[in-house]
Amino acid sequence: MSKVPAELKYAKSHEWVRVEDDGTITVGISDHAQGALGDLVYVEAPEVGESYGAGDAAAVVESVKAASDIYCPVAGEVVESHESLADEPEHVNEDPYGEGWIFRLRPEKPEDVDGLMDAAAYQKLLEDE
Amino acid sequence: MPFIPHTENEVREMLDAIGVESIEQLFDEIPDSLRIHDLPGVPDSLSEMAISRLMHERAAQDGHASCFIGAGAYEHHIPAAVWEITTRGEYYSAYTPYQAEASQGTLQLIYEYQSMMTELTAMDVSNASLYDGATALAEASLMAVRANRKSKSRKILVPRSVHPLYRQVTQAIAGAQELDFQSVDFEREKGSTPLSAFKAHEGEDITAVVIPQPNFFGSLEEVDAITDWAHENGALVIAVVNPTSLAVIEPPGNWGEKGADIMVGEGQPLGVPLSSGGPYFGILCCSQKLVRQMPGRLVGRTVDEDGKEGFTLTLQPREQHIRRSKATSNICTNQGLMVTAATIYMALLGAEGLARVAAVSHQRTRQLRDAVSELNGVNGAFDSPYFHETVIRLDRPADKVLDAMAERGVLGGLSLKDWYPELGEAILVCATETKTEDDIRAYRDVLGEVLASVKAA
Repeated sequence: MSKVPAELKYAKSHEWVRVEDDGTITVGISDHAQGALGDLVYVEAPEVGESYGAGDAAAVVESVKAASDIYCPVAGEVVESHESLADEPEHVNEDPYGEGWIFRLRPEKPEDVDGLMDAAAYQKLLEDE
Repeated sequence: MPFIPHTENEVREMLDAIGVESIEQLFDEIPDSLRIHDLPGVPDSLSEMAISRLMHERAAQDGHASCFIGAGAYEHHIPAAVWEITTRGEYYSAYTPYQAEASQGTLQLIYEYQSMMTELTAMDVSNASLYDGATALAEASLMAVRANRKSKSRKILVPRSVHPLYRQVTQAIAGAQELDFQSVDFEREKGSTPLSAFKAHEGEDITAVVIPQPNFFGSLEEVDAITDWAHENGALVIAVVNPTSLAVIEPPGNWGEKGADIMVGEGQPLGVPLSSGGPYFGILCCSQKLVRQMPGRLVGRTVDEDGKEGFTLTLQPREQHIRRSKATSNICTNQGLMVTAATIYMALLGAEGLARVAAVSHQRTRQLRDAVSELNGVNGAFDSPYFHETVIRLDRPADKVLDAMAERGVLGGLSLKDWYPELGEAILVCATETKTEDDIRAYRDVLGEVLASVKAA
């Protein structure tokens, strides 16, 4: 059973979102997503300063057999990028909700986060899949 | 099973099914002016014996001219073993070895190729080939734009001393993707690009700088200074090289403080015959940090669960059969057979043999230039160092001189008039290790005779 921490928000495309004290949000991929991809060999995190709309491809994670886009859950500007994942992509597999975070975003509208799924809804999505 | 799959009846049935009268109707969309209806001199059909005779007659018309034209395609001696091995059944396919479990021999060969190529170029990684040198430069330009994420301009500085056809192909392929190619002029007396010409762009947002070595004129560029300048200005360096020359001159991985970031070139000089222009293959190497943006695949060596050695294709997730529109290699048909020939060529010659080929080629070109300089009205055009190709200037119309030389069995070089009119009556000449001292004397004598008969411009 994949871990779905209760305090996070989730997108249908399997990204998780954590709202930080300063109003920025941290984005990563869920435990379920890392498990489905298998061992990652590369993570291409976005550039700080880039702006993305909700649903835009912002990063790429690459496993041995596939390369997948990571979508921006809500519109905003990248304020921090976890660039060391390029050399240590295994953090995403080992600790998807901790050391495996991918980028931090300043959302255009903080209330957009409310439109994402809560843990219960995401858990149900996984069960239905 | 018949080799021709469609009988007339089957063709009729297919046409009826889609409601079309004739096959010809399917071509209606193409304007008539673009279609060639008859090929002059090509008969409809002939027996095998008749066609073989015709081909021999036609081949004989070419004669056995002594060729001093280089300009991107070079005549080198190819040991007989190269193509004897390359055309063995096990290797005789240009197709990509997607099924690693069935292609271990080919994969091992590509692994060897990559290893030799990185040694020759002093770069970290080599891909397993592109179409040719010109398309490799286009791919390298696109790669530089992907890799240099700090630069937003998509501006690439391209010296005019880069092969004109490479520049055209690159513009045609990458220009449509909004890359901004800016030309950098060469120094008229030297035939190489001065650092000051690049410095005119100081302070601009430059994505990459292209540096040819040797350049199209055969001259050597100041690669260390230009590489360092490019890096200080936030640009990546794309080297365009002749692989043979790297056996005797500094390889791009060692240029300047940090070395070139991407290197491309034409692989033809390494064991691939001239064969009227193809098939050739493109070389592309890069530094380790750019490997994720490299078009094409790598072959890696690994061990399986039982500890047995095996070879695998890596970086496949970026390829078009997996990632389609976002692939980094949409034109990476593997020129596998040419790579096979090059690998065997390099293995047979070894580093020492390749250095000997390069050194003798350089020596012959010097002898050629010295020999023709004795003639009245012939001068070296540039005073910079060169590898195995150089520009000479005539006091007669170059095209007429070359035509008259060809009639006497010597292909005397390439007229530069169309591409570089400012150079006047200039021709690009090349001598490799295939030319003997007698051949060079014969060149001088024929040129001397021709100059006496062609009127001054």
